[in-house]
Amino acid sequence: MVDQLAGAAPVRQQQNTQGPFRRFINATELDTRLLGMVGALILIWLVFNFFSQGLFLTPRNLWNLSVQTSGVAVMATGMVLVIVTRNIDLSVGSALGFVGMVMGMTQAEILPKVIGFDNNATWIITLCVGLVVGGGIGALQGIIIAFLKVPAFIVTLGGFLVWRGAAWWVAMGRTIAPMDSTFQLIGGGPAGSIGFWPSWILGVIACAGIVLSIYFGRRQRRRFNFPLRPMWAETSLAVIGCGVTLGAVAVANAYPWPARIAQRYAEANGIPVPEGGLFIPHGIAIPVLIAVGVGILMSFIAMRTRFGRYVFAMGGNPEAAELAGINTRWVTVKIFMLMGALVAISAAISTARLNAATNALGTLDELYVIAAAVIGGTSLSGGVGTIAGAMLGALVMQSLQSGMVLIGIDSPLQSIVVGIVLVFAVWLDTLYRRRAK
Amino acid sequence: MKELLGVGIREGMLAFGMAAEPPPTGGIDMKKIAAVLLCTTVLAGVAGFAIAQDGVVVGVSWNNFQEERWKTDEAAMKAVIEAAGAKYISADAQSSASKQLTDIESLVTQGADVLIVLAQDSAAVEPAVTAAVGEGIPVIGYDRLIENPEAFYLTFDNKEVGRMQAQGVFAVQPKGNYVFIKGNSADPNADFLFEGQMEVLKAAIDAGDIKNVGEAYTDNWNPEVAQANMEQFLTANNNKVDAVVASNDGTAGGAIAALTAQGLAGSVPVSGQDGDHAALNRIALGTQTVSVWKDSRELGKAAASIAIELAKGTALDKVTGATKFSDGPKGVEMNAVLLAPIPITKDNLNLVIDAGWVAKDVVCQGVAAGSVAVCG
Repeated sequence: MVDQLAGAAPVRQQQNTQGPFRRFINATELDTRLLGMVGALILIWLVFNFFSQGLFLTPRNLWNLSVQTSGVAVMATGMVLVIVTRNIDLSVGSALGFVGMVMGMTQAEILPKVIGFDNNATWIITLCVGLVVGGGIGALQGIIIAFLKVPAFIVTLGGFLVWRGAAWWVAMGRTIAPMDSTFQLIGGGPAGSIGFWPSWILGVIACAGIVLSIYFGRRQRRRFNFPLRPMWAETSLAVIGCGVTLGAVAVANAYPWPARIAQRYAEANGIPVPEGGLFIPHGIAIPVLIAVGVGILMSFIAMRTRFGRYVFAMGGNPEAAELAGINTRWVTVKIFMLMGALVAISAAISTARLNAATNALGTLDELYVIAAAVIGGTSLSGGVGTIAGAMLGALVMQSLQSGMVLIGIDSPLQSIVVGIVLVFAVWLDTLYRRRAK
Repeated sequence: MKELLGVGIREGMLAFGMAAEPPPTGGIDMKKIAAVLLCTTVLAGVAGFAIAQDGVVVGVSWNNFQEERWKTDEAAMKAVIEAAGAKYISADAQSSASKQLTDIESLVTQGADVLIVLAQDSAAVEPAVTAAVGEGIPVIGYDRLIENPEAFYLTFDNKEVGRMQAQGVFAVQPKGNYVFIKGNSADPNADFLFEGQMEVLKAAIDAGDIKNVGEAYTDNWNPEVAQANMEQFLTANNNKVDAVVASNDGTAGGAIAALTAQGLAGSVPVSGQDGDHAALNRIALGTQTVSVWKDSRELGKAAASIAIELAKGTALDKVTGATKFSDGPKGVEMNAVLLAPIPITKDNLNLVIDAGWVAKDVVCQGVAAGSVAVCG
């Protein structure tokens, strides 16, 4: 995205000689790579929808898909920054298992003895403990990488083993359950969704945010004498943005609570059940809100803060960045701390969703997270990558997996397909980059 | 022979006893102790020379300690071995089949008279087993099959576990749509379990009473994977799932989390195995129907006593309780002891509590008064 902005001005001159689609892309300055991924995603969805007799594109499956994606998507945003600086973090899956276990122990075994079972403060204390532990793990690994100069691959490979072992030690391999009832909301489910009206209100606010940011972006460009996008391009961007947002809200609101849960709710609240059952929409799930929030925040950090600029500068040319006076070591430590905190958030989502902390939690997640970032256009040679792309990559990966279960393909074949798609996607990306040069 | 052996063991224990005493303070004591120690060593050496062994040494090769239960097995095993005056030595292969080969060699070098092997890879461990058997050291395949006619096989009957899982669910829901949450595709036990489940349900499936509406392996037995798979099965069948046969308690937990999100937990029977504390709590709460419990301490104790029997020269087929086993993939006939698992349901939760496997307040956490007999 960063390089897109820089390349915008010269492209403007040649637009008359191009077809309408090209012109649209150039005028709106949309990332063609990202568009390509959206295209691939739509294609995958349509294929699965065809083979599952229309089951894939139901509100219910899309809602499930959004919740299933959120954990990996949260971590993928951090992995982008890690990979952009030419590092790697192989420990995220194991660290997720460890942090999940610590949070499980905190809320199920330690806090009940201190402040009682299902106390109102349990979830927030647990979350803070998780963030501190996750950030601590990240800081430790970051310090070893930045100050002791051990390559990130090795440090996090060590972490991969250490944290998985540590997860076992925390509870001697036991499964810790159940989780605190408020904490469980982080994992989604009928209670862990925000409902009909809040979803719409949020959707409208998001829509207003999109329009405002386009407006202020335009004003800013005019102030600094940057070339402006044509008015029609700005309008279509706003329409597309709002359309996608409100469409997503509409889908989430089209998925009703399961009949039995709705009935129980009606009985508990004395609501008469109409003919054909009660229709209570889920609305957006809390883990999805968390993931979207994290995505926006991380995009802001990556594109609008000094820290973010340092990250991309270091990725592009570490020596130049250091000579330019960037404290590259400290930035590295901060990146890994951020990664650790995101792992903690993801661990909260997974444990809350499963309503248990188990030993195997997060197994293979490091690979899915790295794959999501890479499919999303993060270059392993550093300097290039977008948060939105990585989150989209996570959605592509999860779509493949959930879709294959839905049409009855068993796990060995699933792994084969996912593996092939990963390599294929990166190959396409290298082709694209070569052509773009 | 027995007499001599007894002496050997006693000498060994004496030496241990001395070493375990608090460190001496005076110089004279020091000398005395040293002299005694020296004497004992010499005596033990002489005795050892006389009968070619200074007490039975049981070598145990574990595949990994990443799972809670092997520690439990080990404690039970060790207790029996040490009570019999024998010595326990062990190695952990850390999930590496090749490390296990060197582990077994080094256990033999350390003087093991009998080996208990929890195989990481039942085929890859063959060379080491053959070598050990060739040296006259009996080998017990512990929990996982080592298909060698000269090895002894000790396990819980895994097919029986599968049968019990299916029976537990079938008793509650004899008709309708069944989902099968299978184990890790790389683990042969996952298929044994599924075979056992199918044995029980085959008649009803053929009669059309039961329909298999979804089955999936669960990578690494990971509950998260089981949860996502269950969600997809529920979506694919529009929630018309009447029973879930899950292969262990972890995957059962994942399936139940998916059922909970659809308000179905408690009305759809779910099976499991291992007697996980969380699963026993779910049984008390009514969301899980059955957990087939394999008391790993029983397995550990049995292994230890069989090992000592074998070390004393008992023939493989003369071991107490030995039967013939030939259900392995290659159909090799072996001597084996197959322990019977126990299906734990709401009605016999007292068994796990009485056995000290789990505390009552763990099982009964959040259970409404009067709903389960054990919880009061």
